[in-house]
Amino acid sequence: MTSATAGRVRRTTARVRRTGRLRRAALPYLLLLPALLFELLIHLVPMVMGIVMSFRKLTQFFIRDWSSAPWSGLDNYSLAVDIDKPVGEALLNSFFTTCLFTLLSVALCWFLGTATAVFMQETFRGRGLLRGLFLIPYALPGYAAVITWAFMFQRDNGLVNHVIHDQLGLGGAQHTFWLLGDNSFWALLTVSVWKGWPFAFLIVMAALQNIPKDLYEAAALDGAGIWQQIRRITLPSVGAVNQVLILVLFLWTFNDFNTPFVLFGKSAPVAADLISIHIYQSSFVTWNFGTGSAMSVLLLLFLLLVTAVYLFFTTRGRKEADA
Amino acid sequence: MRRTRAAAVTAVTVSMLAAATACGGGSATEGGSNKSPKEITYWASNQGPDIAADQATLGPELKKFEEQTGIKVKLEVVPWSDLLNRILAATASGQGPDVLNIGNTWSSSLQATGALLPWDAKNFDAIGGKDRFVDSAIGSAGAAGKDPAAVPLYSMSYALYYNKKMFQEAGIEKPPATWDEMVTIGQKLSKDGKWALGAEGANLSNNIHQAFVFSQQHGASFFDASGKPTFDTAENVDAVKQYVDLMAKDRIIAPGNAEYDKNQSLQDFANGKTAMVLWQSAASSFKTHGMKEGDWGTAPVPVPAGGTPGTGKNVNSMVAGINMAVFKNTDNIDGSLKFVKFMTGDEEQKLLNKTYGSIPPVKAAQSDPAFANEDLTVLRNTLSTSAAPLPQVPEESQFETAVGTAVKELFADAAAGRAVTTESVKAKLTKAQQQMQK
Repeated sequence: MTSATAGRVRRTTARVRRTGRLRRAALPYLLLLPALLFELLIHLVPMVMGIVMSFRKLTQFFIRDWSSAPWSGLDNYSLAVDIDKPVGEALLNSFFTTCLFTLLSVALCWFLGTATAVFMQETFRGRGLLRGLFLIPYALPGYAAVITWAFMFQRDNGLVNHVIHDQLGLGGAQHTFWLLGDNSFWALLTVSVWKGWPFAFLIVMAALQNIPKDLYEAAALDGAGIWQQIRRITLPSVGAVNQVLILVLFLWTFNDFNTPFVLFGKSAPVAADLISIHIYQSSFVTWNFGTGSAMSVLLLLFLLLVTAVYLFFTTRGRKEADA
Repeated sequence: MRRTRAAAVTAVTVSMLAAATACGGGSATEGGSNKSPKEITYWASNQGPDIAADQATLGPELKKFEEQTGIKVKLEVVPWSDLLNRILAATASGQGPDVLNIGNTWSSSLQATGALLPWDAKNFDAIGGKDRFVDSAIGSAGAAGKDPAAVPLYSMSYALYYNKKMFQEAGIEKPPATWDEMVTIGQKLSKDGKWALGAEGANLSNNIHQAFVFSQQHGASFFDASGKPTFDTAENVDAVKQYVDLMAKDRIIAPGNAEYDKNQSLQDFANGKTAMVLWQSAASSFKTHGMKEGDWGTAPVPVPAGGTPGTGKNVNSMVAGINMAVFKNTDNIDGSLKFVKFMTGDEEQKLLNKTYGSIPPVKAAQSDPAFANEDLTVLRNTLSTSAAPLPQVPEESQFETAVGTAVKELFADAAAGRAVTTESVKAKLTKAQQQMQK
């Protein structure tokens, strides 16, 4: 190989390396680009449109071309928060119902999931089968599962009343209404917990797998009982996972639309009028899209606030614990 | 390898951008165009016992149309519960079918969106003229004083259906003609786990239809002449209370009916659990639930004491029915008009209405002897003499939800044994009225 040829080869290799480096540097961004565009299209654009709509008087007269709907300033917002009028009053009522519902549902899901996961750490015959069974509600298609519950909760022909009244003889001869009136809250909560706890179980169980066995052995040697082990070892070890788990459960439950919609249809009983279905009804059933958008924006702000406060406190707590 | 990856990324990006710009497109040509003359899309509402039955009924007819005109019709049967939302989505996006069925009570609401082709004299001429249709059916095809937003396709009215065997066993000779008789007879029938009358307490549309008739019988209206809601007038409160009292006070409707919204009351009727139902064109449903012609009798819906079905306070049904509309921005305006002409033609009207147990809104088709049996005679007489259209105001669909929900909640109270009083009815109707935003 002549020196000239060698020089050309060196130069070419350097160029290839340089462009290679450039390409490598640009690649992650290029790969991210589609996701970014999707994010923009799927989340940001509709969100901005929703915010714009919330300032307009958008009814059936304008849905064909919503940009021609007249501006209404803060009218939609003042309507949504005026608790002396039925619209605001109903929204507030629905908000409180949703808060109580979310609190109970998340607490129960978390408690059931954690308790089961802890007890399932023991090895016993049939554990795998049981684990599989526990995950069924999580794996079933939501609509099919909830509609089955809706049948079971029917007053006259439902399984729930059949068991409670006819077989156990509880609650008197008159069958109970579960999908109407105040009981509808408890029916909804039952379905929500049934659907939600296997997820908590799955996540906590995964977190528990990471706790070294010797910690328990050492604690047992020191004379710590099962409760002390759970309190001192198990719970702190899954703390970080729990934080995410509870946040996710909170957001899912607060925004859950499918469960109440399938159980109750487009107008839920007052006692079970969750905010998602309430907003749906305001927007798409009574055709006040502007008001519905304003309610959605308010809900979004509330959820952002709660998430921010929650993350602030939980991460601060963890940093302090780490320090 | 790297080059392929870069190419892939570029391809995805470009297609994304293309999709994004496509979303913003969609031209709305006023009055439609004829860009794709060989095909139309048709959304039919679910009329038969299920979607497959509708496809079986309509399929051969659409084939016939294709043979006559060379225009292929792509059919989609949409379940009733989805239909309004689907139409709204299509209206908002501009991407809808060419021709579609709508519930006739929605005519004015959908007319207000401006998405439907107005049926002016020229369009009516294309399908044989407005005079071919029954007046009351045209009256429920859009707001008064405007060109209709749709064309009547199937007409229906409410009737009182009664189980002949249960009546015989209870020694009752003829169905009640007034509400007083309904209560007296009803209390004789409501015993041993059986009930006199069925209701669909959680079905908002059905609640509205019943509330409307009671309101008419009390000489009231849910909207005043200027289109303002008047839900909570004393007469309307009395009207709604009278209906809910059939369960709350008179105890002739089973409390369990408060949660019915999927036509369960028809099943109870067919199973001999309830003796009567107030329903529109129910014959084909009874047959699918296993009843035979002759097992049930048909009578006009009761009216106030001393009256006979007629106009004014003796109105005993809403003008029920299905209309056919054309989306204004259709790509095949001529084909769409031809298709509406075909579906509303004398022969098709006879055939389709026979299958669905409804009445043809086309005068010439009504004379067919098939529409002269007991069931259809009652329905036809009701339609022509004692039925009134629901308020033809743009807010009709909101009204259905707001007042329908109020009645649903009142039934829930009645079922739970809570008192249904004039005050509680008024409170619910006032709330419903305030939910109507202008």
